[in-house]
Amino acid sequence: MARVVVDVMLKPEILDPQGQAVQRALPRLGFDGIADVRQGKRFELEVEGPVDDAALARIHEMAETFLANTVIEDFVVKVES
Amino acid sequence: MTTRIGVVTFPGTLDDRDSLRAVRLAGAEPVSLWHRDKDLKQVDAVVLAGGFSYGDYLRAGAISRFSPVMETVIDQARAGLPVLGICNGFQILTESHLLPGAMLRNNHLHFICRDQKLRVENAETAWTADYETGQEISVPLKNIDGRYVADERVLDELEAEGRVAFRYLDGNPNGSLRDIAGITNAEGNVVGLMPHPEHAVEPLIGTGRTDGLAFFTSVIKKLVTA
Amino acid sequence: MSLDTVKHAADTPDTGQPWAELGLKEDEYARIREILGRRPTGAELAMYSVMWSEHCSYKSSKVHLRQFGEKVPENDAMLVGIGENAGVVDVGQGYAVTFKVESHNHPSYIEPYQGAATGIGGIVRDILAMGARPVAVVDPLRFGAADHPDTRRVLPGVVAGIGGYGNCLGLPNIGGEVVFDPCYQGNPLVNAGCIGVMKHEDIHLAQASGLGNKVILYGARTGGDGIGGVSVLASETFDETGPAKRPAVQVGDPFQEKLLIECTLEIFREKLVAGIQDLGGAGLSCATSELASAGSGGMRVDLDTVPLRDATLSPEEILMSESQERMCAIVEPEKVGRFLEICEKWDVIATVIGEVTEGERLEIFWHGEQIVDVPPRTVAHEGPVYERPYARPEWQDALQADDAGKLPRPESSAELREQVLKLVASPNQASKAWITDQYDRFVQGNTVLAMPEDAGMVRIDEKTNLGVAMATDGNGRYAKLDPYAGAQLALAESYRNVAASGARPLAISNCLNFGSPEDPDVMWQFAEATRGLADGCFALGTPVTGGNVSLYNQTGDVAIHPTPVVAVLGVIDDVTRRTPIAFAEEGQLLYLLGDTREEFGGSAWSQVVHDHLGGLPPAVDLDREKLLGEILIAASRDGMIDAAHDLSDGGLIQAVVESCLRGGKGARLIVPDGLDAFTFLFSESAGRAVVSVPRSEELRFTDMCGARGLPATRIGVVDGEEVELQGEFSLPLGELSTAHEGTIPALLV
Repeated sequence: MARVVVDVMLKPEILDPQGQAVQRALPRLGFDGIADVRQGKRFELEVEGPVDDAALARIHEMAETFLANTVIEDFVVKVES
Repeated sequence: MTTRIGVVTFPGTLDDRDSLRAVRLAGAEPVSLWHRDKDLKQVDAVVLAGGFSYGDYLRAGAISRFSPVMETVIDQARAGLPVLGICNGFQILTESHLLPGAMLRNNHLHFICRDQKLRVENAETAWTADYETGQEISVPLKNIDGRYVADERVLDELEAEGRVAFRYLDGNPNGSLRDIAGITNAEGNVVGLMPHPEHAVEPLIGTGRTDGLAFFTSVIKKLVTA
Repeated sequence: MSLDTVKHAADTPDTGQPWAELGLKEDEYARIREILGRRPTGAELAMYSVMWSEHCSYKSSKVHLRQFGEKVPENDAMLVGIGENAGVVDVGQGYAVTFKVESHNHPSYIEPYQGAATGIGGIVRDILAMGARPVAVVDPLRFGAADHPDTRRVLPGVVAGIGGYGNCLGLPNIGGEVVFDPCYQGNPLVNAGCIGVMKHEDIHLAQASGLGNKVILYGARTGGDGIGGVSVLASETFDETGPAKRPAVQVGDPFQEKLLIECTLEIFREKLVAGIQDLGGAGLSCATSELASAGSGGMRVDLDTVPLRDATLSPEEILMSESQERMCAIVEPEKVGRFLEICEKWDVIATVIGEVTEGERLEIFWHGEQIVDVPPRTVAHEGPVYERPYARPEWQDALQADDAGKLPRPESSAELREQVLKLVASPNQASKAWITDQYDRFVQGNTVLAMPEDAGMVRIDEKTNLGVAMATDGNGRYAKLDPYAGAQLALAESYRNVAASGARPLAISNCLNFGSPEDPDVMWQFAEATRGLADGCFALGTPVTGGNVSLYNQTGDVAIHPTPVVAVLGVIDDVTRRTPIAFAEEGQLLYLLGDTREEFGGSAWSQVVHDHLGGLPPAVDLDREKLLGEILIAASRDGMIDAAHDLSDGGLIQAVVESCLRGGKGARLIVPDGLDAFTFLFSESAGRAVVSVPRSEELRFTDMCGARGLPATRIGVVDGEEVELQGEFSLPLGELSTAHEGTIPALLV
């Protein structure tokens, strides 16, 4: 089975307090040099059958209507072997 | 004939029984609606109650929005059915695009439960006609994903059209843009807000105030006179 | 790897087994062999080891807990007593209430969020399994020093876990405590209580009876949660290349639990179960053995049918898994169809995994081969019992001789004022709103009183306004000075809190948090505390309905303070008569009820001002507590008082400040004759409360107190925007609220 990954991130202009909380914690833990952190979601889809253009189009539609809320989030679809 | 107001139960809805009680105390007939049924049982108005439907997994309201009952609610809301979304119900309404914007994690990242002061900014909607514009009310607020966001254009449009229905007073509890606590659609039949009017309908219970009851009496009056 | 079947075990008596790694003692292992007449199979060994653990068998505490069943006061309210998932009391009008407090201390230290979350989940399922709808939760919490770095890790995680899980279930969180003390540094106490309501005829018990009845497992799939210990068995004995060690931490899914609640309540409504048990510690081992042990007949289970989240689990691991959000029901064959339909409606997975059989054995099969064949009582109810040695600690006398009454007291009005401010701002006395505002207290629409009130109160009948109240209290400092008295003071305070809210105390549950039972000092504390609590409950007429023991709360040789936490449940016929703590009406008169003595041992003042713990705790007078309770309840019922606040840690001034801030009004106080200002403000004498009396009711109220022989001293009036002690000092409400409300956020945000 092929795996397709959908990464969902808050749009750049949307405040991400969870990412900020992580970033604030980093220096306390001794990890310096990180200018910004944003937290997102990763969906791993195990696809039955071939990952052809039609399948990708369906996944794209799924991401747009369901996995991401495009009012606040962007998404990227990637095919893993 | 008695006004019939439906309250939808999704898996994980918590405040459905409270909303049914508020409907009854306001003088209407409460009707339970189930997420798997497309049938709205001929109700005159619908309340989407608070809670954590589907555990708020994926995003608050995102999974419920695709339930069979919402297909009918969305169709009928567009045709004028009064719909009130409280807390998780508001989140479902934005996910359904019946209302613009979205709700994100509170800016302080904590769940917050408190008595919240609000100003009624629009007393013309189906759910607010028994208030005065500018009236200050207090109702409980309780959520972790309550921060209202929308882009500047949408916010300006909401302001210009008087569609900000409620604003937080005495401190913004979650970082909502422009202190927005609730909004309405252009027609005034669909209203969503994060605070919980159904928890403020009886003296002695909860905060001991009844400031929330007018949501339900407003819609009953509107339906009776319509 | 060959399966360790019953037959294989019988044929290979000399195979070495990892009983020691599983925590069994040599004589316990020998007893298992004697019971079975052969060596146990791996699965049997796993079951016995976990069911005979301290946590499940109460082997160290049992001999002392028996007193709760022996010293039982006359009380018609008790419907189900100790031994079931939770006790049940009659609250009138056909309603029964079940309640219980449990600890989730160790898991919450390791993983604060999930430890606390699954603690809530577990206690809620206990209540649900009795047939009741859960209606409220409470959380008594204890952490290390407020300013210790690890407290910043543990406390926010625990609070977020309680909120994250409880809020998602739709249960109002109405009470509890938050206490800081360095003794809890490596051993935070995360106790959770739940109240459930049902009609008398809906009471359900954990028993499997009725030949041919089906055993149904429903709820979440079974995964590798919380079986760290048992994987020793799976990997080391039977398969060198076996699965990696499983996580010891269970992860909760509150959404699944919410579905389980609604699904189970619908199943109860249709009367579809003959017996029911939740799956908590020891998972299926516990549920199957307890159900079979309590019923008549035996039980056969096919383990292959259990729905798994992880297909690599061994049968031993499936038996031990502590995956959350699961229940086990015994259902008559003709009702199974409807049972499964309701589960499907709520998206809850339900599977028939076995049935009630003839005979008296619990038999478990895996791939058609028998891996367990045991008498269930020997697993569930006839575990080992220890008479652990105990002795009064050598240091106890010196501790009690270190009298707090000899500590330097404030020498001027200015110093007195400064110490009041310091007290109300100290972490233990400060407002806990930052914490309790993370819990939903409004959901279900029946909450009458919640934090920071003396007791939480919920309405249980909308037509009649019948309600129940609960308070939880414990004071480890008092109990360290004198465990017998300390346990009684915890009981008395909780009783007083319930009475101050206007409710009549009915019965108690407890959570007994102590150090290692292998230390005779700790065991003495435990013996004394249980004796004190049993005697106290007998004197107050409030039976123990059940409870929980948490031992081994210690780091190295250092145990926590003995910390018996007592939850008192009360009933109020009409919640509109409840008494809040707020002083809200100007001009009302403040009366101090009870006697104030120079009692400072273990007090908040001695801790905050002198960092001192020594002397004796306040004297206990349970007859006085009972009288005070009766007066508070009568005054509430007859409308003679508008506010009441119990006096406990921090003394009078703490109570007055809290009531003033809650009501937004000040108070003018006068030191009564025969007392000095310091003792008046800071003494922690028990059996006291402060009440706010409308002037029109003053005569009626004082007459009642006089006739009943309860000292009632007028100490001031509700007035202005300051708390003023005449001739000494005044403190503006603004200054008090800054001090009282600023501490916790400053420490934790």
